[in-house]
Amino acid sequence: MKTLGFLLQKEFRQIVRDRIILVMIFAMPTIQLIIMPMAANFEVKDIRIVVVDNDHSSMTARMFSKIGASGYFHIVGYASSYQQALSYVEQEEADVVLEIPAHFERNLVREGRQQVALSIDAINGARASIGGAYLTNIINDFSQSTALDVVRDAHPVTANTPVIQMNYSIWYNAREEYKYYMVPGIFVLLLTLIGGFLSALNVVKEKEIGTMEQINVTPIRKWEFIAGKLIPFWLIGMIIFTIGLLVAYIIYGIVSVGSIGLLYLFAAVYLIALLGFGLLVSTYSANQVQAMFLAFFFMMIFALMSGLFTAIESMPTWARTISSLIPVTHFVKVVRMVMLKGSTFQDVHMEFIYEIIFAVVLNTWAVINYRKTS
Amino acid sequence: MAEQVIICKDLTKRFGDFMAVNKISFEVNRGEIFGFLGANGAGKTTAMRILCGLSYPTSGAATVAGFDVYKQQESIKRNIGYMSQKFSLYENLTVLENIEFYGGVYGLSRKTIRSRSDELINQLGLQQEARKLVGELPLGWKQKLAFSVAIFHQPQIVFLDEPTGGVDPVTRRQFWDMIYAAAASGITVFVTTHYMDEAEYCNRVTIMVDGKIEALDAPQALKARFQANNMEEVFYQLARGAKRSSD
Repeated sequence: MKTLGFLLQKEFRQIVRDRIILVMIFAMPTIQLIIMPMAANFEVKDIRIVVVDNDHSSMTARMFSKIGASGYFHIVGYASSYQQALSYVEQEEADVVLEIPAHFERNLVREGRQQVALSIDAINGARASIGGAYLTNIINDFSQSTALDVVRDAHPVTANTPVIQMNYSIWYNAREEYKYYMVPGIFVLLLTLIGGFLSALNVVKEKEIGTMEQINVTPIRKWEFIAGKLIPFWLIGMIIFTIGLLVAYIIYGIVSVGSIGLLYLFAAVYLIALLGFGLLVSTYSANQVQAMFLAFFFMMIFALMSGLFTAIESMPTWARTISSLIPVTHFVKVVRMVMLKGSTFQDVHMEFIYEIIFAVVLNTWAVINYRKTS
Repeated sequence: MAEQVIICKDLTKRFGDFMAVNKISFEVNRGEIFGFLGANGAGKTTAMRILCGLSYPTSGAATVAGFDVYKQQESIKRNIGYMSQKFSLYENLTVLENIEFYGGVYGLSRKTIRSRSDELINQLGLQQEARKLVGELPLGWKQKLAFSVAIFHQPQIVFLDEPTGGVDPVTRRQFWDMIYAAAASGITVFVTTHYMDEAEYCNRVTIMVDGKIEALDAPQALKARFQANNMEEVFYQLARGAKRSSD
């Protein structure tokens, strides 16, 4: 234990002395957490529409104004033909073409039904399907009210056709704001990046400058060395976690609904797992470039498969299996659940067990794979 | 017969087909300065790393300070000091902080560390530099400091791997004075070098060629045997037959 004291003293001295890294450690997550959630926004807004109106009736005028008033769309142009409208899409000036057939209003009143054509640029699939669905909704809504008008005009007495009406009640993120979903996610990602890279590179740096060999020739115990590296970075990680919670509160007004203590408990265990991963990477790398690539390889998987940006539920089974083997997945889930839903330990105890297993496995592996004698 | 602190018997290290160290046998007596000579790639460093407990031998036997190189590496490590070719103090720690760290890792108490480091700083005349970062010191000072740190915990044996590489002749001379002082205090010195004038300072030298020991004796005796004026000539006569190209 006495040796560990000397190791920690040395690590803290080195961390404090490396001013640039020290500033980066704390400034980077703060700045990125302020910037990125604003940009990482998957809300579908401002869909640009070109209309081909072959009818020019009062009804189509009402339809367009309803579409424009929805807030999701704005009409960027009126084309005289479908071909002309398509050229807007080809030049990236519009996302959707809405074509209204000739005699639309007259035929609708006469026959009770009419078709309109929607052509959607589907390069961004999510945007296309969500945008298409919005527009379909608006047109359906419009046609329903118009149909009722038509029916009412024709048979003023029997105008109460049965209609199913749906009412929504939105929970956990009442204003349906994307940032509530993204801020906890990005904040976990930043913690993961900093913790993972710092621990992976730090030990490899000792290999590069030759001090590792000097350490290996001393009677230091393996666990002492690993603990001497883990503890300082764990503390840094906890400070970053605190900064993240503060930024979420100050900038985004996000206050954890659930227990802050529970969040810290998870962060504490998660960081041990994550740092164990970093140390493991360092035991497999001979220099900082190797460590960087190896860590980067996993960090990409962590970022894209942990359910940070995409729903795990919509992944194929094999991807879901990989996802469940990533410590980040469980931590992101818990942070969202606790912060936004107010989940209690009972709700997330399985995730806690997972994190403990990750922490034990990764660190044990790192200690075993760290060899003082080769 | 002096007490033997290092005993090697047919020690071998093979990397694939390459015999880095090929059945070497020798003994080192307590308190002697034992020189390990050879061209680059002759296997000096590999042999030394085995004796320091950094590397497993492929076959053969060896004990260092009475401990076995296969099973008791950690006990060996408690009893030796080591200075590698690569400068291995922390450049972003001060002179005193480096001493404190390595002293602490070898289990010295803070009190002992404090009194011994004061003494050491005075001996080295580093009073002005004690609180400076090691990275700011000139190379010669760094080497002397690294040696002092390697023997700070008063080990039985100190292993020096080409300790004077890249330093000027005056500093090299001073360095050897420090080695003599360490040997006089009872520390066995095991040193590799390819400076042949340094070989003359050793009590006994071995010359390694292509992983094998070609000669082992006192410098005087070797010069007599090979009818040479200095160690350089002895070395050339032996190393001429080397097949491994030096780098």
